[in-house]
Amino acid sequence: MRAYSLYLFRRLTQFVLVVFIGMNIAYAVTHSTPIDPVEQTISAATSFGSTSPDVIAKMRQSLRELYGLQGSPWQQYAAFWKRVAAGDFGPSLSAFPTPVSELIARAIPWTAGLLTVSTLLSWALGNLLGGLAGYYRQSSLLRVAGVVAMGLHPIPYYIVAFALLIVFGFVWPVLPITGGAEMNLAPGFGIAFVESVVVHSILPVASLVLVGLGGWFMGMRSLVSNIVSEDYVIYAELAGVDRRRILISYVMRNALVPQVTGLAMSLGAIFNGAIITEQVFGYPGIGSLLVGAVHAGDYSLLLGITAVSIVAVSAAVLLIDLLYPLLDPRVKIG
Amino acid sequence: MFKILRDLLRYNREFAAGVALLGVVILIGAASFFSPYPAADSFVVPPDLAPSWPHILGTTSRGQDVFWQLAFAIRNTLLFGFSVAILSRLISLVVGLVAGYASGIVDRVLMSITDSFIVIPLFPILVMFYFVMRERMSWAWLALAMAAFGWAYDARLIRSVALSLRTREFTQTSIFSGMSMRQILVEEHLPYVLPIVFSTTMNNINWSIGLEVTLSVLGFTNVDTPTIGMMIYWANQHTALVAGVWWWIAFPVALVVITFIGLFLLAVSMNEYIDPRSRLARMGE
Repeated sequence: MRAYSLYLFRRLTQFVLVVFIGMNIAYAVTHSTPIDPVEQTISAATSFGSTSPDVIAKMRQSLRELYGLQGSPWQQYAAFWKRVAAGDFGPSLSAFPTPVSELIARAIPWTAGLLTVSTLLSWALGNLLGGLAGYYRQSSLLRVAGVVAMGLHPIPYYIVAFALLIVFGFVWPVLPITGGAEMNLAPGFGIAFVESVVVHSILPVASLVLVGLGGWFMGMRSLVSNIVSEDYVIYAELAGVDRRRILISYVMRNALVPQVTGLAMSLGAIFNGAIITEQVFGYPGIGSLLVGAVHAGDYSLLLGITAVSIVAVSAAVLLIDLLYPLLDPRVKIG
Repeated sequence: MFKILRDLLRYNREFAAGVALLGVVILIGAASFFSPYPAADSFVVPPDLAPSWPHILGTTSRGQDVFWQLAFAIRNTLLFGFSVAILSRLISLVVGLVAGYASGIVDRVLMSITDSFIVIPLFPILVMFYFVMRERMSWAWLALAMAAFGWAYDARLIRSVALSLRTREFTQTSIFSGMSMRQILVEEHLPYVLPIVFSTTMNNINWSIGLEVTLSVLGFTNVDTPTIGMMIYWANQHTALVAGVWWWIAFPVALVVITFIGLFLLAVSMNEYIDPRSRLARMGE
């Protein structure tokens, strides 16, 4: 039990460290630029017409407070953390006066749903196929599957998503290519709405799964082909254990452990991919919000999204780490 | 060294295919030095011409020859990938070798930081970086920013090799013969990890080019430097697909996919070469 609590303590420390480093980078990026963000926003706002100097001064004052440029560097730093801890990033500049937190809360379910489904799907599918391909090396069908998965793997998300968009949007338009659901439906758990959400998510999920599959496939295949030559597997084979049972509980079970670690390590990258997918398919999640924030020059929304995504990704990693002992009992015993 | 390369070319189909694909890509990039038109000029040729002689890949709606534009773009994109890879390799080598050799508390601290860098979602931070830099966001700044993030995963890999090198006899011998830590790391351990560094370099170039293309396509980089992503960005701005100017998008996409597959094949074949188990399996075939 002591080993387990030590493990928990280490994971929690890691979680705190990730958030701490991430937030500091975000802070450093926004505060170490040669450009004054306040003057930039003001010049962007005033370029469309003449504004009285009085109004500009007021604007400058409120922006300075918002950007946290008041006081000494230490005070600025403390004020930044106070905002982060409270989850309060002020009102959005582009959707004034809606608070940033409300905009993000509205977008999160879409991204979380899209990510959970596509990550689990590509992870499960990639590991299953990879395990089979590593174990049944002679199967030509699995070899073809391997070539396809590996061929898609190095192509960036954007290009795969774009190809799907062209194929299903222009060449053979059977699936909706933009949005999260039909516009005229009220959100809720009605059948029509859920069905619409599912249909709209097919292409984004498919693009993420297609690209994500190859990595898991290759990892699992090489893990399995190493485990297959272990003594205990050969012994089980000689003892006449059912081949399917060998594959599932002797080989795959052991190969899954590093794959779960891999899943935790790659969550940040998966999140990056989801942002692009959302942008391509016009999905109303965090990614679209982020891109919109940049185009609208909405600094507070941008900072809020960055902070929330750092916390969310590291929390997801922590969750995987906490479930890890279920799979690898050695962690519990120590 | 040359013998290894020659044998790889002869016996490893993936390696040969990767070298061939990359060769084509680099040739196209090198062609940019002979371009009849400057990279940034527009309306130097009639716009919207379909692929035909003398504009073999057609012309864009901005009056640029797609082939020459592509040559500039792939050159910049490759240069970008290489600079990010080299810079981030330096960091990952230092962190990985030191953590593996020093072990103990130094190792634990360095690896916690590394793990944090692996997990932190990079995209929002890069977008934020663009947001504050705006016009000053140049190719070099982006390369620096991405190198600052791209080292972590490979540092972990290098450290795992360095950990096992530490317990080898020659490390003990070096310590007893009075070599400093820096000497041991550079002269004794570095040669052992170089093959891995090479294979991770390919993956890292892929990763950085992929992110650069994505950022450019969304318009989050300097729009004046021609890169593959920038070409796609301008094509999208002119709604090239709807207007039927498909060659403006199809050729950059095809070329970047060729680059990706070439680099990926090189990385895979290097991994196979490094892993003695798969080398044995190959000999058994």
